[in-house]
Amino acid sequence: MSSETKQILTTDGIPLEVSLKKAEKKNKIKAFLLVAPLLLFIIITYVFPIGDMLMRSVDDKMVTEMLPKTFKSMEKWDGQDLPPEEVFEAFYFDFQKLIEEEREGKLSTQLNYTKNGFKSIIKKLRRKSKSFEEGNYKEQIMSVHRRWADVEYWRAIKRRAPAYTYQKYLKGIDMYENEKGEIINVPEDRRVHRILWMRTLEIAFFVTVFCFLMAYPIAHLLATLPMKYSNLLMICVLLPFWTSLLVRTASWMILLQQQGIVNDFFVMIGLVSDDNRLEMMFNKTGSYVAMTQILLPFMVLPLYSVMKTISPSLMRAGKSLGGTPFVAFWKVYFPLTIPGIGAGCLLVFILAIGYYITPALVGGASGTLISNQIAFHMKSTLDWSFASAMGLMLLSGVLVIYWLYNKLVGIDNIKLG
Amino acid sequence: MSVNKEFVKFDKVDKSYDGKVLVVKDLQLDIAEGEFITMLGPSGSGKTTCLMMLAGFETPTNGEIYLDGNAISSIPPHKRGIGMVFQNYALFPHMTVYENLAFPLRVRKIPKDEADKKIDKALSMVSLQGFAQRMPGQLSGGQQQRVAVARSLVFDPQLVLMDEPLGALDKNLRESMQYEIKHIHESIGVTVVYVTHDQSEALTMSNRIAVFNDGKVQQLSSPDELYEKPVNSFVAEFIGENNTFAGEVSDISGGKCKVKLASADILANPISVKRKGERTTVSLRPERALINPSDKMDNIHKGKIEEVIYHGDHTRVRINLLGNSEFILKVPNSSSNLDIKLGNEIKIGWNSEDARALDPK
Repeated sequence: MSSETKQILTTDGIPLEVSLKKAEKKNKIKAFLLVAPLLLFIIITYVFPIGDMLMRSVDDKMVTEMLPKTFKSMEKWDGQDLPPEEVFEAFYFDFQKLIEEEREGKLSTQLNYTKNGFKSIIKKLRRKSKSFEEGNYKEQIMSVHRRWADVEYWRAIKRRAPAYTYQKYLKGIDMYENEKGEIINVPEDRRVHRILWMRTLEIAFFVTVFCFLMAYPIAHLLATLPMKYSNLLMICVLLPFWTSLLVRTASWMILLQQQGIVNDFFVMIGLVSDDNRLEMMFNKTGSYVAMTQILLPFMVLPLYSVMKTISPSLMRAGKSLGGTPFVAFWKVYFPLTIPGIGAGCLLVFILAIGYYITPALVGGASGTLISNQIAFHMKSTLDWSFASAMGLMLLSGVLVIYWLYNKLVGIDNIKLG
Repeated sequence: MSVNKEFVKFDKVDKSYDGKVLVVKDLQLDIAEGEFITMLGPSGSGKTTCLMMLAGFETPTNGEIYLDGNAISSIPPHKRGIGMVFQNYALFPHMTVYENLAFPLRVRKIPKDEADKKIDKALSMVSLQGFAQRMPGQLSGGQQQRVAVARSLVFDPQLVLMDEPLGALDKNLRESMQYEIKHIHESIGVTVVYVTHDQSEALTMSNRIAVFNDGKVQQLSSPDELYEKPVNSFVAEFIGENNTFAGEVSDISGGKCKVKLASADILANPISVKRKGERTTVSLRPERALINPSDKMDNIHKGKIEEVIYHGDHTRVRINLLGNSEFILKVPNSSSNLDIKLGNEIKIGWNSEDARALDPK
């Protein structure tokens, strides 16, 4: 046989290989066009906002753009003593321009984030600067308020010179960069975020554990019961899905409050006395109970779908080979459910870590999570860049968990249905 | 060494799942030590239920099962020490072949070096040496099947149950596995209870076959006896091919009976008919009827060829004979059968001894 294979031609003389590639290319384009709308949708609604969030969280251009001359003249200033006259002059002209554009208020807000006390002195400077004379701006500005003669405040302005900053991320873990550029912890009485991060992790972890403990037997029952009963049970599991999240959370409020049904029941059976009713709401307990119940289906369903595929003859084989029911379960059944456990735990943990409504309603002060803090900054302080920074920290936390999971269990092992 | 004739004993066992229908009725069955016994029957006949009761996954509603003289109904499955091969192999998919085989040894706390020897032995028995580190998913159906057999034997049980173990294999593989299991049984002398609905499997492998139908054992005998001498029309129908004539006994004398059909009388061997006037079904194996018989045969009738089907080594001929248009003949392929043509009238003959007059259907 000759080693050289003859080129195969199609009936119209084109090599078959070329013709096949052509046909394949057409199919590829068709396939791409089919997914294109979804791809576009994802890019617009997901990739783009996340990119925007990332930009926003490090963006510090606002002040940079508002004081261009000032920062240029500050380049030569070493920051030790008060800046020289030219810096004051440049600042005066930048400031005048801002007054013309009515943007000096924004400047004061921004500078106030960096150092408290800017707001009032900028207001004062605005009033007084109308009567400034030409020349010797240093003297004139310093005479407006004694803080303008304080080098700390000028250093604060200089810190806002770069167009990008990681200050918001530091703030997210209760740290900041001081005047000398060292990264240090904020005073202990003002550390709020670290507590929140830890609490978020703790609640997410325990909610996952509780969900697992409750879902495993339910899923097993679902997978082994005859169809007639398992369908009914499945409806019971899915029922919460069809009810509004708010309704479910509100019903927990009714159940858990101090004059609520659960407390009434405890009093009735004499577990607690009437004047010493348990506080189960507006604290961690509330978050645990409500979140576990709400996230339970996300654990049951992956477990169920995996258990459904495990043949009952495997347990029988385990027993017939001499394993006690426990050994058969632990050595045979349990390892086979690990993909479902992994999927369920990952799902519940990730959902719990970013949970918002339930902890906001039943969590109270000690049961709120990091997402509540993010919402707070989005809605109340309007510090969107800080909210973005924390949102991204949360996202990267989830990605780290995903990575860890992939390392430990392997993402290919995951089974959702 | 005396062989225990009642190694396994089903004693008046009844089984009902819903309390209304008995799936197994008054089962009485003794299995001797070292025997290969097959429970054969259509689906729903109660054979698998019997196996499950023996394995301990079902409990008898009434009666008792004895294993080597001990009542076992109250012993949980894991303490019975019975090996079992499941329909879909039931290999543990997350364990290697080695770990699958080590499982029964590990739960019995057998030291590792001894266990390794046993595993090697079991794997070589099914000629799968070198496969120990594979996962079951990497094996073909036949190989998985062998692993399942090896696993059921590795802890040296005295009794092995097999629940349609070859059902999922293709025909050729199934046949070679049949011989392999048979040889393993012969070489180690373990008692095997085998469940199948495939009659050829039962006939090739077993010492004895219990034909199940409707929760009852219809016949318990050796494969040849089962085929040659079925005791009722269910067994005759279920095992092998069968030509039947329904009629009424008109005379019975001297080990023969005359059966009156619609168009003629035939002579038959009275098995389950006792007196004149009884309804009966006469059963005749296709290979016992001959074309153009010698005059010695006591049944000779004419029939018309309706269909000729070529089967390679033999030809099947469908004949309309005595009002039965489904009468099948198997004719070995040789040059003498030249007059087998569609529409020809031919003479068919058989001995009355081979025509068994059984119960009416």
